[in-house]
Amino acid sequence: MSNDRQPRGPRGRAMGPRPKIDHPMQTLGRVLGLMMKHYKFRMILVVVCILVNAMTQLYGILFIRELIDGYIVPLSKAAAPDFSGLAFALVRLGCLYLAGIAASYSQTMLMLRIAQGTLLKLRAAMFDHMETLPLSYFDANSHGDIMSVYTNDVDTLRMLMSNMIPEVIGSTVNIISTLVSMIVLSVPMTALTLVMVVVISFVTMRLGARSAGYFVQNQKNLGDLNGFIEEMTEGQKVVKVFCHEQQSIADFEERNQRLRASANSANGIANILMPINNNLAHLSYVLCAVVGALIAIHGDGTVLTIGTIVSFLTLNRNFTRPISQISSQINNVVMGMAGAQRVFAMIDLPSETDEGTVTLVSVDVAEDGAMTETLRRTGHWAWKETAQDGIVRYVPMRGDVRFHDVDFGYVPEKTVLHDVNLFAKPGQKIAFVGSTGAGKTTITNLINRFYDIADGEILYDGFNVKDIRKNDLRRSMAIVLQETNLFTGTVMDNIRYGRLSATDEECVAAAKLANADGFIRRLPEGYNTMLTGNGSNLSQGQRQLLSIARAAVCEPPVLILDEATSSIDTHTEHLIQQGMDKLMQGRTTFVIAHRLSTVMNADCIMVLEKGVIIERGSHEELLEKKGKYYQLYTGHFAEE
Amino acid sequence: MVRLLLSHVGKYKKDAILTPVCAALEVLMETLIPFITASLIDLGIERGDMGNVFKYGGLMVVAALFSLAFAIGAGRFSARASTGFAANLRSAMYKKIQTFSFANIDRFSTSGLITRMTTDVTSIQQAFAMSIRMAVRAPLTLIMSLIMSLTINARISLIFLGAMVLLVIAIMLIIPRVSGIFSQVFKRYDALNESVQENVSAIRVVKAYTREEHEKEKFAKASGLLYKFSVKAESLMALAGPIMMFVVNASIILVSWFGAKLVVSKELTTGELTSLFSYCTSILMSLMMLSMVFVMITMSIAAMKRTAEVLREEPAIQNGPSPVTEVPDGSIRFDHVNFAYRADSEEYVLSDIDFSIRSGETVGLIGATGSGKSSLVSLISRLYDVSEGAVYVGGTDVRDYDLDTLRNSVAVVLQKNVLFSGTVLDNLRWGDPQATEEDCRRACRMACADEFIEAMPEGYNARIEQGGTNVSGGQRQRLCIARALLKKPKILILDDSTSAVDTATDAKIKKALRESAPEVTKIIIAQRVASVQEADRVMVLNDGRVDGFDTPENLVKTNEIYRYLVETQSGEEKDFDEALKADHFTDYNMEDGDNE
Repeated sequence: MSNDRQPRGPRGRAMGPRPKIDHPMQTLGRVLGLMMKHYKFRMILVVVCILVNAMTQLYGILFIRELIDGYIVPLSKAAAPDFSGLAFALVRLGCLYLAGIAASYSQTMLMLRIAQGTLLKLRAAMFDHMETLPLSYFDANSHGDIMSVYTNDVDTLRMLMSNMIPEVIGSTVNIISTLVSMIVLSVPMTALTLVMVVVISFVTMRLGARSAGYFVQNQKNLGDLNGFIEEMTEGQKVVKVFCHEQQSIADFEERNQRLRASANSANGIANILMPINNNLAHLSYVLCAVVGALIAIHGDGTVLTIGTIVSFLTLNRNFTRPISQISSQINNVVMGMAGAQRVFAMIDLPSETDEGTVTLVSVDVAEDGAMTETLRRTGHWAWKETAQDGIVRYVPMRGDVRFHDVDFGYVPEKTVLHDVNLFAKPGQKIAFVGSTGAGKTTITNLINRFYDIADGEILYDGFNVKDIRKNDLRRSMAIVLQETNLFTGTVMDNIRYGRLSATDEECVAAAKLANADGFIRRLPEGYNTMLTGNGSNLSQGQRQLLSIARAAVCEPPVLILDEATSSIDTHTEHLIQQGMDKLMQGRTTFVIAHRLSTVMNADCIMVLEKGVIIERGSHEELLEKKGKYYQLYTGHFAEE
Repeated sequence: MVRLLLSHVGKYKKDAILTPVCAALEVLMETLIPFITASLIDLGIERGDMGNVFKYGGLMVVAALFSLAFAIGAGRFSARASTGFAANLRSAMYKKIQTFSFANIDRFSTSGLITRMTTDVTSIQQAFAMSIRMAVRAPLTLIMSLIMSLTINARISLIFLGAMVLLVIAIMLIIPRVSGIFSQVFKRYDALNESVQENVSAIRVVKAYTREEHEKEKFAKASGLLYKFSVKAESLMALAGPIMMFVVNASIILVSWFGAKLVVSKELTTGELTSLFSYCTSILMSLMMLSMVFVMITMSIAAMKRTAEVLREEPAIQNGPSPVTEVPDGSIRFDHVNFAYRADSEEYVLSDIDFSIRSGETVGLIGATGSGKSSLVSLISRLYDVSEGAVYVGGTDVRDYDLDTLRNSVAVVLQKNVLFSGTVLDNLRWGDPQATEEDCRRACRMACADEFIEAMPEGYNARIEQGGTNVSGGQRQRLCIARALLKKPKILILDDSTSAVDTATDAKIKKALRESAPEVTKIIIAQRVASVQEADRVMVLNDGRVDGFDTPENLVKTNEIYRYLVETQSGEEKDFDEALKADHFTDYNMEDGDNE
């Protein structure tokens, strides 16, 4: 299920109703801080570019005044008009324009590099951190939610960085500079413009709030409909088998019409927001023109020249635009910050702790048993412990695992394992038997410290597993999970996942051991066949064979096996069984057993019930006890 | 294709037509405004004539108000038309899918159908709204502004024409490249997401093999590629702004130069000059807008194609001309049936299947994966049509039945069990909407589902999550069997439907079926020999052919495959787990790797 790709586009949380932001300023500060951290100089340059660009634009508008008052009006009156002054002024304007264009281009180029670069670093930081998170994080969050942080949240963050921040800065600069020039040109007309701006903002806000309400409703209806479509389409074959088509259409229509109604209301308002703004701006423009004319006519023309009025009218138009731009961005900024907050929340989660100091090293073993550390892969391993006084001790790795009075719960309130005691001598096979939820998988998860125990201790070759460095602990044991996960890459890559340094020959040997060689060779490109989508082009059984090969190439002293129960045809199941048996030879093995043959071959069987080991012993011993195991065993055969 | 899609505008046709009309009128009013401004400046301000100032000012206000009214109209109509169109499209597709046979569904894949009804329709809706509003507005603004400036001064308008040509060339150069690179960006983006997805679901493997560093490297590589292509694409896009600015600014300088000369020589007024500035901006802006519309529509073409595909698809299975609406009994006969899922396949999945089953008989069906068991039973309820030969139910060719009649008489419990969100009762009533709670309880008793349902706090009113994820596999299977039983079928087909149920319960279910519904023909597909040992007869399928069909006792003697299965599956090769499966009442904790 979790491997289903989601080709359905970004939707869900990040697109939902306007989210609550806890610390907006801090979050925004942190986003800016991230950008500044690596791109301080460029950020300053961007601001400079924005300023230059705004200034040249302003100059262009004010130039109209100069053009009319300074050149056209006097030249019209002159007997022999001399255009050289105008030509010079236009060249100057042209140069300034070019500077403005250069500034705007540099701004975009700088900004996109800053934004993409920051994203690159942020993504790496997220992923690197995610890899260090404890498994409980992955248990507590659905895969969809985790993915949504990478897709939706990072995406809104990208918008925030690359579009909104520069746009808001640019708009603010524009508003201020335009306002200043307007005041310089004419105070009364500026006052009038400001009144109109207040009106426009008010209308925009009111409409915006209304449409936001509709959009929230719309998003909900959309999610509802999409969920319905998903569910029904996935069950379409059942719909057919039960002739449920008419009912299904009626249910669909109801949701479809609800969505249509809310989409209509939401889009209806969104569609008219811009025209209303525009036309109110026209109104503001007309009012200014009338007032300007009044002042000019009654104020004998020197107070307000025609050039000033024309310039002012253009400024007026330019003033209203950034305001509606900012107001339309507010929603996006809020969404971007909500995304940022979730991204930061993930980065801030505490990593898996690792206080272990004992490491695993490759050693050469001399004839007298003395061990010397080596970088070569000798096949001999030892635990290396450095005592506080600096003395180094090597202990050969054998695969001896002991549990002493172990208690464990996934959440502190609920203990799922009680007082578990067990010991596995090197090379022994320990089988866990018990019903679903009895705690079999949980025990195996504790050995390699996927989870930390609440009480008691687990000893591995005499060391407390907490003192062994996690990576080395896990490197010393291979695991075959019930659910097979393969990676995008060739078959060979997937086998080599067990040990990156393995040669092709070693991988093939491992595949042969696991009985996977046969089917791999029949694949279109053998070991070079590409696997995608968790090996969706392979059957369940084949994927399992591959995961056994992957464990085999690792050549671990300790093995954790979770036998699969899913229905696999008899032939493949036989192959898997043989492969697992070969893999177990000579290794300390913990196996969650589902097959009788596995159980009977085990050195020791642990019968679990509700987190407690209720019986232990070999097959024969347990049968003699006539306890739960006997019950299970005879119950099974009674059905024959 | 476009015509097919547009035929679904339906009752929103009026809105779809009114939108461009309103948009056109809006543009007309809008382009008039700078023209009036010219008069306001020349005749009003410059001459100091307050009468004219008020006259033209008033005219402008009127024009602005009209423009506003039309704009609101266009906005509203387009919202109604586009959302209505989208709703109709979704509805048409959904209804079409309901008529699809299994073969049609297989062809499209579930996720493909979902994408079409969700993402694709949204994209078409946007393109449609754009087309009826923007696609009218932009070119019209362009033309109107051009006409206006031509009336004001033809010579200066030549500058605009020049600017337009320049801009069009630039756009044509940029767009194809950008869309090329963007498809690359999307590909990298998908790859990156896949890498995360894979990692999240395989985190246990990653941690067990301590491959964190390896994964980080892989991710960094994917992420680096995304960075490279994003920067490349956006850099190209970044050219658009400066080019636009350059063209606009150059035009303004040229207009200023020539305009000033014309004003001085009295061929142009100051007011006209300022309105030329306005027209210059709106011409070039609408050109940019047009290119955006163009991009938007091209982007939705793929979505349109995919949607049209669904609408055009012919259901592979339809009712005949005078369908039979009564199934007399549960007898089945296959008459030399050959079957392939696709007409163009070279090999048959089933070859020369020829047998008959009496009404009320219990038949086991056994064979390796891919031997054709599921294919065979799907022909009985006509989920697929045979390629050659014929299938008879109750003595009548299945193709002559009314589909609903046939499928109501043949209950299939599919291998892939699906429950729907809703209560347990809701799910059960899929089998029979009129079923009373007592009927439902009885069916659940037969399917051995009563125990666990009653153990749930809300019993029969307990909620089932989407896909039935909150019940175990075995429980899901039993619910599905109960649901099928409620149909009171003449033929009941269980396609490996008890694989997750322990043998004891399995036997109990089979026994209940035998005793309470003796007249129902039962076909049981199974992996385990034990599941079919009680059957009247067992059919062994091998490679799409009937290898043996006889009583279990005879088969052990005569059929090699069956004998092999009996030998390998009895004794110690059997699931030890069997007996443990009965312990389903154990509460579930977070041991996600340890369920069925």
